[in-house]
Amino acid sequence: MRSIIDVMELSVEEIEGLISTALDIIENPAKYSEACKGKKLATLFFEPSTRTRLSFEAAMLELGGSVLSVSSAAASSAAKGESVADTARVVENYADIIAMRHPKEGAPLVAARCAHVPVINAGDGGHCHPTQTLADLLTIRREKGSFEDLTIGLCGDLKFGRTVHSLLGAMSRYKGVRFVMISPEELEMPRYLIREVLEPNGIPYEEVRDLEAAMPALDILYMTRVQRERFFNEADYIRLKDSYILTPEKLKTAKPDLCVMHPLPRVNEISVAVDDDPRACYFKQVLNGKYMRMALILMLLEVTV
Amino acid sequence: MIIGQIRDGIVLDHITAGRAMEIYNVLGLGELDCTIAIIQNADSVKMGKKDIIKVGQVIDLDFTVLGYLDPGITVNVIRDGALAKREHLSLPERVCGVIRCKNPRCITSTEQEIVHEFRLTDPEHKIYRCVYCESPAER
Repeated sequence: MRSIIDVMELSVEEIEGLISTALDIIENPAKYSEACKGKKLATLFFEPSTRTRLSFEAAMLELGGSVLSVSSAAASSAAKGESVADTARVVENYADIIAMRHPKEGAPLVAARCAHVPVINAGDGGHCHPTQTLADLLTIRREKGSFEDLTIGLCGDLKFGRTVHSLLGAMSRYKGVRFVMISPEELEMPRYLIREVLEPNGIPYEEVRDLEAAMPALDILYMTRVQRERFFNEADYIRLKDSYILTPEKLKTAKPDLCVMHPLPRVNEISVAVDDDPRACYFKQVLNGKYMRMALILMLLEVTV
Repeated sequence: MIIGQIRDGIVLDHITAGRAMEIYNVLGLGELDCTIAIIQNADSVKMGKKDIIKVGQVIDLDFTVLGYLDPGITVNVIRDGALAKREHLSLPERVCGVIRCKNPRCITSTEQEIVHEFRLTDPEHKIYRCVYCESPAER
């Protein structure tokens, strides 16, 4: 029995396996429509989320399974002060697998250590969101055909953005990858990730302030939202939130096969005028997320099709 | 200054100068009723200055805690007046229940029964991170 808390727990080979399953699901959805018949997924979401919860639920339903759902802390025993460990010990009696989102970092690991069913981290505060990274990886694979020899631009809030931290780690395992990190000084990539991820792997990187100057070299542009909830100070949020806005004008110097990604929800960092550009891949990421969650559920439940 | 030899006991040698009292406290040596000598700022060829703790009784030591606090320490076990065992410490891979995570967003900040646990992520810089939230340990 295995849980997934951080995408880095998955080896390169396991990620290949998940991508292979996801691609097969895309090609042959009927083959998987009853793969999880009789199995139940509990989605325990103690923090607001629309997309991730619906994606997990859609994934399980498309596999023929059922879903039990808690959609807010206020609607659960957590409101009465129940611990995460006890919640996990209770819910494991009802479900075969748990997807948990929690505002406290590490809560899904606590659940995974207590429960006797697999736990998937569906986002724990500013820490990890492995299934978002899996969605990103499938998108990159489908759009670029490979994970190798790519110049990846990470733009926006690189300090608090958990998705860029996970993507940095996941992509650092492939040959020929280089990163261009585009952010205001206040929201730079944490030094420890450079010291512990990029430098030991010999990954080339540069840190720049100007999105337009960086644009022509990029194969992938990963935009992120400057998140209000990660700031302790409202004034800092308002000052920085409009730092990097992607517009059709800024895309003029981009490669014709650039892949523009975003974990969503966006506020205004990508103009809606970019949505019709064939290089916009952020809504494809949403669909790819569902396929990768399906593949992950199958893997953790040890279901073979 | 002359401090006598011990017949049965433990000598913690090569303690970084100035850290002996911290180690004395963390190991709970104050609770023992045997002879204990704390030598601070002793001359050392290798280190310049070092601290030494001599304990006049063979006790079980938590090498994980010692390795985390000061990995350069040498542990000498003395039996019948002779060196019975010498252990060179290293940085432990995991440290449980010794360091507390200071991140207010970490689950350990609200669920009091969770044992705080850290793992070594950067041996060169001796960086430990909380297994729950990955915040670095603050020494």
